[in-house]
Amino acid sequence: MSGIGDDMLVDGADETMRVRFVVNGRKVACEVAPRETLVDCLRNVLELTGTHAGCEMGACGACLVQIDGRAVHSCLMFAVQADGARIDTIEGLSESGVIADLQAEFHRRNALQCGFCTPGMLVNAHELLSQVTRPSREAIRDALSGNYCRCTGYEAIVDAIDAVAKARVEARVEVRSEGGSAT
Amino acid sequence: MSAPLTSLDRPNSYIGRSVPRPNAKRLLAGRGRYVSDLRLPRMLHAAFLRSPHAHAKIISIDIEQARALEGVHLVATGADLAKICTPWTGTLDHFKGMTSAPQLPLPLDRVVWAGQAVVAVVAETRAIAEDALELIEVEYEDLLVVVDIDCAREVGTPLVNPGSANNVCFRSQLDSGGVDDVFASAAHVVEEEFSFGRHTAVTLEPRAIVADYDPGSEMLTVHHGTQTPYQFQDLYSRHYGIPEARVRVIATDIGGSFGMKLHVYHEDMAVVGLSILLGRPVKYVADRIESFVSDIHARDHRVRARIALDAKGEILAMDVHDLTAIGAFSTYPRTSVVEGNQVIRLIGAPYRFKNYRAALEVIFQNKVQTSQYRAVGHPIACAVTERLVDMAAAKVGLDPFAIRERNVIADDAYPQTSPTGYRFEALSHQECLRRLHAMMDYDALRAEQADLRKRGVYRGIGIATFVEITNPSPAFYGVGGARISSQDGAIVSLTPTGEVRCLISVTEQGQGTEAIISQIVADQLGLAQEHVKVITGDTEVTPHGGATWACRGAGIGGETALQATRVLKRNILEIAALILQEQPAALDIIDGEVVDAATRQQRLPISEIARIAYFRSDTLPPGTQAQLTVSHHFAPQGYPFAFTNGIQGCSLEVDVETGFIKLLKHFVVEDCGRIINPMLVDEQLRGGVVQGLGAALFEECRYSDTGQLINGSLADYLVPMAMEMPDIVIAHVETPTADTALGAKGCGEAGTAAASACVLNAVNDALTPFGATISTIPITPAKILKALKRF
Repeated sequence: MSGIGDDMLVDGADETMRVRFVVNGRKVACEVAPRETLVDCLRNVLELTGTHAGCEMGACGACLVQIDGRAVHSCLMFAVQADGARIDTIEGLSESGVIADLQAEFHRRNALQCGFCTPGMLVNAHELLSQVTRPSREAIRDALSGNYCRCTGYEAIVDAIDAVAKARVEARVEVRSEGGSAT
Repeated sequence: MSAPLTSLDRPNSYIGRSVPRPNAKRLLAGRGRYVSDLRLPRMLHAAFLRSPHAHAKIISIDIEQARALEGVHLVATGADLAKICTPWTGTLDHFKGMTSAPQLPLPLDRVVWAGQAVVAVVAETRAIAEDALELIEVEYEDLLVVVDIDCAREVGTPLVNPGSANNVCFRSQLDSGGVDDVFASAAHVVEEEFSFGRHTAVTLEPRAIVADYDPGSEMLTVHHGTQTPYQFQDLYSRHYGIPEARVRVIATDIGGSFGMKLHVYHEDMAVVGLSILLGRPVKYVADRIESFVSDIHARDHRVRARIALDAKGEILAMDVHDLTAIGAFSTYPRTSVVEGNQVIRLIGAPYRFKNYRAALEVIFQNKVQTSQYRAVGHPIACAVTERLVDMAAAKVGLDPFAIRERNVIADDAYPQTSPTGYRFEALSHQECLRRLHAMMDYDALRAEQADLRKRGVYRGIGIATFVEITNPSPAFYGVGGARISSQDGAIVSLTPTGEVRCLISVTEQGQGTEAIISQIVADQLGLAQEHVKVITGDTEVTPHGGATWACRGAGIGGETALQATRVLKRNILEIAALILQEQPAALDIIDGEVVDAATRQQRLPISEIARIAYFRSDTLPPGTQAQLTVSHHFAPQGYPFAFTNGIQGCSLEVDVETGFIKLLKHFVVEDCGRIINPMLVDEQLRGGVVQGLGAALFEECRYSDTGQLINGSLADYLVPMAMEMPDIVIAHVETPTADTALGAKGCGEAGTAAASACVLNAVNDALTPFGATISTIPITPAKILKALKRF
């Protein structure tokens, strides 16, 4: 058959744009197609496969990452829309240690089975506890209502987040009382 | 006063201990290695064009434009793959008379459900492959569609498989005799028709596969998100004509399976063929819509059943007709009739009656295939039985607990054989009933319910006993001719540094297989658990075995590990005895140290035995050959299945204005024999309960009259989320099986088995003041309002 004519190409599909992010504290630049979602860019281009694609419509929470400090569905955003943003994924949050207590408590209580929902759960739990110091179990369940877990039945996840919230409050009280006694 | 010492106070006693899973930390750090994450050098991506019709003839396929698109490497049709892949048929010999049409990766001339893959495109990226799909033109000619189960059974109805006499896949009957006579003379007869919606597994990670055929070595490697790598090694070998030793299947981390990922899927078989055609790795990951239209569905049963009782409320007989529609094919290699078979065999299982009759009819239709998904048949058998028992209790004037106490097989009456032929070694219904009654604080719940009713708040309390099939022997698949193993294999080694490595055929999907195997090995050898490494899921390195399905990992895989480790320990102590000039029986191993068995005095670390055996064998007595690697297989013998039992309870509230149901609390008392890790068992039960609650209230694959799935997304198909789920209280009774040294049975299906039955009973209990009843699952708000005649 004859060579490929221009009419054989889907318009613009192979054109890419250069975008820059600060991902997990490091500046990165990459070439992405305009139609590429952020989750695909993170997973395929930047090889940050800890962020998962579960439903590709913002319903399951597996793709949650932090963008400029807020939990965002990376499947509902094109990579080009995140140009210039600070993005923190499960890999960066793990390495920086900011969710180490959550991870330890999830581990201790076995608040995960297959682990596919877990990065999104942790991003969401991190966001919740950064906004509400001591959420009730009801409030934790409510906050998790956009994170689908097929394995656990949710209870251990709620327990783990509850325990971390309590421990963080107690740690703060201790710090305060130590500070008080020093003056 | 200190508590008495238990077996858990022994050093290295891990059996019965809640320890976290060693392999979970990596998942928590986003370091899982799922097949969907995998990228291999020169890897290409497959996408599939799917049929928009539920039943149509393929007139022509034009792939020229797609083939010409830049970045496209291959466009393959059914005919292309049929040249290299032999067809498969989803029947088993022990299901006498069952039929199913042969299947190929992609159809040759006819599509039989909407969403069936028709053409495959392989391209540089998934996006390009999907672009190419839009350039393919398929001309179809509509055929008459068979969607509705009643329509499928009518005489003269269109046929799903032209050339067959009707749309029947399989019929089966059980009859212990005397049923008509018992019903004719019974004091009470209660009858109901139940229906159970189609639902599906909805694993968070969809099906994923990377097939990598290397023409140089004529070797096929498949990275496959599956529970059963050995089964697929066998199937890829046989259907593509590659010697088994040249097929390697690797099941790495897998984002949920629940039975769904152990069946043959057309796309997966196609991807293997595409890799063979191209000589390059080919990846395919189903997207969510593809999952909904091509993953197996489950349930979809309509059961008419009646129960006969004497005047005092003793159950005398049951008579059951189960009708189920399974899609256009029976699934390969485990078939689509196992669920129905288990429904009719499990109905009535907790109870003492002897007269039982059941008929099963399995029907083809133009929908995607159904097959085994968590708790196969159990939720249906349980709901039918337990709802009838509740209806009977109301008729006789007994409390739900009282009628069950009167009728369950007594704990001291085992062994027993059910009227359907199941042999029960030892179950604990009476003890479970007592425990549940106390745990629920049943009388207080009833008092509260009565109080609230006066104020117009309608709460319901439901309970459901169940029996679960675990530890299957070859009676499950082997006897039907399927090359699906019921045995497991383990290779246990003492490493040169004195650690232990265990390669085992059971696989991990997050339930904690690797954790419990390391617990068993550490416990049996006498070693800290962190010094045991467990490796699973690679046919090239782990021995052939059944892997993980039907609740066999702990019971069969665990026993395999136990027996293998005992042999390794014996071998280590033989060498230790030579070195220490002792009798092996005078020695033991504690915490990685060989000790004097009587005094527990430390003699020699096992690392020293390893050092001598591996590096200084010259210092051992002549003729000594240390065997520090043990290969061992274990096949279950004795009872064909290790049945477990339990009971669940729930409390819920029905809003009679809106039809909404609020689950308040759920209770489980379960007896899975020896518990290896209580935390993991509880987690299995909770996860199982929530899947059952999803089925009870939310989940249903809904189809249009033309056979289109109309809710194939996670926005439209409702799954249970954290907000709607209750806390779940769990207690255990432990009746170990005497068939194994370990005594463990399965627990993975127990939660799902009875959760929906509990909810069904509780909702009906809540609706009692209105004289309204519900007999279909899922119980949606609209159904509640209809039952209340408010909609």
